[in-house]
Amino acid sequence: MNLPMLLRGARAGVASLLLHKTRSLLTMLGIIFGVCSVIAMLAIGEGASFEAQERIRQKGARNIILRSKKPAGDATAGGAKRSYIADYGLKYADMERIRRSVPGIVRILPQRIEPKRVRFPKHAECEVVGTPPLYREMTSTEMVEGRFLTDWDEREQKNVCVLTEDLARTLYGHVSPLGEEIRVANRAFTVVGVMRELSRVYHTAAGGGAPASEGRVFVSLHTFRTHLGEQNVRRSAGSFQVERVQLSFLTIEFASENDVARAAPLIRHALADLHKKQDFVVEVPLDELRALEATKRLFSFVLGSIAAISLLVGGIGIMNLMLATVTERTREIGVRRALGAKKRQIVEQFLMETGVLSVAGGLIGVVVGVFFPYFLSWAIHAISGHAYRVVVTPWSVLLALGISVATGIAFGVYPARRAANLDPIEALRYS
Amino acid sequence: MASGAIIRIEQLTKTYDLGEVQLTVLRSLSLSISPGSFVAIMGASGSGKSTLLNILGCLDRPTSGRYVLAGMDVSDMGDDELSDMRGQRIGFVFQQYNLIDQLSVVENIHVPLAYQGLGLSECRDRCEALAHRVGLSDRLGHRPKQLSGGQQQRVALARSLANDPVMILADEPTGNLDSSTGREILDLFSELHAQGKTIVMVTHGDEVAARATRVVQMSDGRIVRDVSRAQREMAGA
Repeated sequence: MNLPMLLRGARAGVASLLLHKTRSLLTMLGIIFGVCSVIAMLAIGEGASFEAQERIRQKGARNIILRSKKPAGDATAGGAKRSYIADYGLKYADMERIRRSVPGIVRILPQRIEPKRVRFPKHAECEVVGTPPLYREMTSTEMVEGRFLTDWDEREQKNVCVLTEDLARTLYGHVSPLGEEIRVANRAFTVVGVMRELSRVYHTAAGGGAPASEGRVFVSLHTFRTHLGEQNVRRSAGSFQVERVQLSFLTIEFASENDVARAAPLIRHALADLHKKQDFVVEVPLDELRALEATKRLFSFVLGSIAAISLLVGGIGIMNLMLATVTERTREIGVRRALGAKKRQIVEQFLMETGVLSVAGGLIGVVVGVFFPYFLSWAIHAISGHAYRVVVTPWSVLLALGISVATGIAFGVYPARRAANLDPIEALRYS
Repeated sequence: MASGAIIRIEQLTKTYDLGEVQLTVLRSLSLSISPGSFVAIMGASGSGKSTLLNILGCLDRPTSGRYVLAGMDVSDMGDDELSDMRGQRIGFVFQQYNLIDQLSVVENIHVPLAYQGLGLSECRDRCEALAHRVGLSDRLGHRPKQLSGGQQQRVALARSLANDPVMILADEPTGNLDSSTGREILDLFSELHAQGKTIVMVTHGDEVAARATRVVQMSDGRIVRDVSRAQREMAGA
């Protein structure tokens, strides 16, 4: 069958389906739902793996992240109206203990993060991040201009800082801030670099409830400790409290994913006697990843079942329609056979009609289907509060279309063969 | 007559196996038809003329005996070969016209050509010329339902000519038409015969048979009378 014949056949197929518009449209519904489900299934799967990749990129599959957390109920423990000092979270000592007692560690990145206010050249809310130069290697960032912090800055406790691009924009507009001095919490820092964070890994520091940040200021950890201190005063509703936190985060990188799986309990064990209160959390990106995979599998299974059932019902619908068509057109089939049509050509004619039906249903399904995953994601979010990312890729749409067309044609084979095997004499006599 | 025959049937038998009963419809029937003849096959219903027509039209196969059409032995051809014989060498005209409703006049005429792999665009001129030949030049785009019975039968005639067949098989082509329209259709057949086409027509009507060059009378699966026009004229004289 060459292309012009195919086109001719398709046109004839369209013409005979248009004879029964409502019937054809209803028959297509199954295929339409099938395509929608296939697209949604693939979109959620794709979204989940996209999210997984994103998380891997942000946190690293070989990392374990420890985060300081204010212990629950501690805020009132010291007496409601009195000021008091809350001392919690990860310590430098913890870092050393982990380094010594847990095998497979490649390196550890400590960070101290605190919301502060920039007072010069403009007022701006920001997060000050105290970190060793290692930060740049262990996270995805790129320098826009200038340089990042160095070991020298760390050792000498230099009053230098690196701004994120958004904060630099807020403070200096389009003028380069290099060499300018900013004041943060009554300390002056010289800007030595501007950087872009490719992924925001660790959001606001442990405290929470901080005002919206307009960007981040990076200083060396040592500088943070000496110039900005470990204490932070928070005022709220007439009382104020002082928090004393040494480290906000520890990012521990392991040599392999196997080490990660073994390490989490070891870390908890190593820190157990130093932290009687639950004042830190252990995040294992690999576990989150596995949870995500499990969710993805569940969704794929549910949507896959819906898709399979829809396509099955759609296919049966098509078969039903085509069997009715064959019966109605028995005489036409006889005439065509008398006029020289071979069995194969009758099969082709009817397969072409199912093909047209499936492709039309498939295309409608695609038009509806590309929006369906977003609707589904919105609905899930509205009902459960979970945000699932969905990604509709061109290949998934093509695959869905291919599956639906293949289904339609597969279910069209039987009616078409039945048409072809009619006895021409009987068929001609049929009325 | 024998060697130049376009149709040669020898000892043709057709038996239907109805389970317990064996129904023999054609009994050792022999018949030769030379090119350019106009043969009328007559007989009461049940005489076997429809079965003979089906076999002549390559729609059915004989139980035994030989059928040679245009020099080719059709008796034991496969389904696809029989389709090719029908499509390339035989033109059918039916009592019920049997046009395809969803196709226009031109498209209906084109159907036999389509099964020989020709697109409508390649042979539109030919199809339109055929429509012209049966007097339907102004109805090319009409659907069969928009035409009268006589006009539909004209389309069917044009369609039967599409592949330039060696023989036209007509099964009571005027059976559904009133007498004046029927006469017009018969005039067309006569015209085609005059142009050298071989026509085999199953009919009940004596008026139809009167136009034929040869009348074959069947009864109970046998040919009981076979008279050429020359013989008739002699007998009448």
